[in-house]
Amino acid sequence: MSDPILETCKLNRFFGGLHAVRDVSFRVRQGAIQAVIGPNGAGKSTLFNLIAGTLAPNGGEVFFRGRKITAARPHAVARLGIARTFQTTRLFGQMTVLENVMVGRHVRTGSGFLAGLLNLPPTWREQRAIEHQARAILDDLNLGSCAGELAASLPFGRQRLVEFARALATEPALLLLDEPAAGLNIYETKVLATLITKIRDRGITCLVVEHDMSLVMDISDEVMVLDQGATIAEGPPRAIQRNREVIRVYLGDGDAANPQS
Amino acid sequence: MRLGRYVPVLIAAAAAVGLQQALAWREATHYLTQITMAAYYALVVIGLCLLMGYAGQVSLGHAGFFAIGGYTSAVLTTYNLMAWRDTPLIAAGRRLGLVLQRQDLYGADILSFSPWVALLIALLAAALIAVLIGLPILRLRGHYLAMATLGFGLIIDRIVLGTPLFGQADGISNVPPFGLFAGLEVNGRAMFRVSNYYIATALVLGAMVLAINLVHSRVGRALRSIHQNEEAAHSLGIDIYRYKLAVFVLSAVLAAAGGVFLTHYNASIGPSEATVMKSVRYVAIVAIGGMANLWGALVMGVVLNFLSLRGVFGTYDDAVFGLILVAIMVLAPEGLLRPSTWRRMMSQVRQTMSRRDFRKPAPSPAAPPPVEAKVHRE
Repeated sequence: MSDPILETCKLNRFFGGLHAVRDVSFRVRQGAIQAVIGPNGAGKSTLFNLIAGTLAPNGGEVFFRGRKITAARPHAVARLGIARTFQTTRLFGQMTVLENVMVGRHVRTGSGFLAGLLNLPPTWREQRAIEHQARAILDDLNLGSCAGELAASLPFGRQRLVEFARALATEPALLLLDEPAAGLNIYETKVLATLITKIRDRGITCLVVEHDMSLVMDISDEVMVLDQGATIAEGPPRAIQRNREVIRVYLGDGDAANPQS
Repeated sequence: MRLGRYVPVLIAAAAAVGLQQALAWREATHYLTQITMAAYYALVVIGLCLLMGYAGQVSLGHAGFFAIGGYTSAVLTTYNLMAWRDTPLIAAGRRLGLVLQRQDLYGADILSFSPWVALLIALLAAALIAVLIGLPILRLRGHYLAMATLGFGLIIDRIVLGTPLFGQADGISNVPPFGLFAGLEVNGRAMFRVSNYYIATALVLGAMVLAINLVHSRVGRALRSIHQNEEAAHSLGIDIYRYKLAVFVLSAVLAAAGGVFLTHYNASIGPSEATVMKSVRYVAIVAIGGMANLWGALVMGVVLNFLSLRGVFGTYDDAVFGLILVAIMVLAPEGLLRPSTWRRMMSQVRQTMSRRDFRKPAPSPAAPPPVEAKVHRE
């Protein structure tokens, strides 16, 4: 394995008596699509929040491009090049689609309060560049036509795409996608699969938490399976599909899981 | 860059000139005094609109910042430094024009700080206090933040009432005029009425230009995104605490500036400026103006304060603003100055009228009024 872009080392997180993430160590290869799957309550979202800085771990370390980012605050994590989408989309509903994506450019631009108050020529130029880049990203995702609409007024599937656009606007090296297919229909899921592969092909590593098995098996280069907070299997999708432990966790211990016996 | 956003500033400036001309023609220039005072209160409202309407952070303590500005300036420009006149510091201040000598009402010489020095120190004091109280309380959200700022307002109110330096219940009077430049001075005497009306107009429109610039800037977008979803804003690299603190400080400084100028204009300041009811009033004005609506806040700030200063609300002054707050929250949470609010109210009126008219056959059910989402730009 080439140098991993993201590495966690014995991550742990408790919620009261619940051991939500236990000793999770894994590596995400640069330029890969890595999926994290597991039954409900397996600790997938918690793991995400530990990486993104939304939660601090009770133990263990997170490294991003060889640099320790354990318990860094979310805005600092974003600045380093990690962007995320949320399980339930969190758009700025009362801002336009374009403005949402322009907020995504925040972290790669720099004019501050004084510049904002005075609005001198350098600030106009930056503003123009931000708008230009945001429009380019929207056009790229076929969202150009709804740039002027309020984000909250879009249908759900498009909102999800806007959230992608907003995350891409931060120029991430690693994109964390928390259940991107949740609530999408089959057609939208296919569009999403193409989009995620396209993002990967541009050199952005994707870490995907997902329930939709066919999506995971279609697009992932690597899959990690969590159960009750711990890693139970890791490997390429085909190996995971045959893994007995994974089948047991998903389908139970009965004969159905083991038709040959 | 879009110049269209500055068009309302020019319209407002023209309207201000027109109003002054009209009042001069009707020989009713005495109204200008209350309009000028209302304009200084509007400075508080502009800052609070940025904080509450755009960044979504409630403050029930902004009268506290107004009072910090006004009282700091009043104390510094009235405190007699004669006893220290020969100390090197005061002597140097006199040479540099930072300490001025004048005569009080009874002809005695007094030595006190120049209003410019007082203004600077007042704004710095407000900024510093905003940082100190903002650091702990801006981690709170919603009701908790409202309560913490309310507590701050109460503390300032009690300090003002309890401290002899601040004149306790009497406040501070005999505050000197504020000589700006080229013979212009912030002075409430009748002969300065027109010039002061224009000074206040210029200050308010200047603050409006800055505020308009800010809400359309990168920082403004960040503030609005914090209002709508803190976690998403944070995940996009926005340091939400820093931004909340910065806009809190900015709004505190604007409130303090309003306090400084009004104190020099009135030549006095009293403890009623620091009361929590004054803070509630500012919040009510931002709400009736439409929260994230700078022009709404400005218009409502000038009009309602003008009516209040003219005594239109009589002894029920505070009650009126309380009522406005309740009515706005219940009837028009998006503010009064929004076409969508008018359309909804009109359609409600029409529905009610058609229901009353029971002799006619029932009309087909009216289409539900279009629910217009709130647009966070003016």
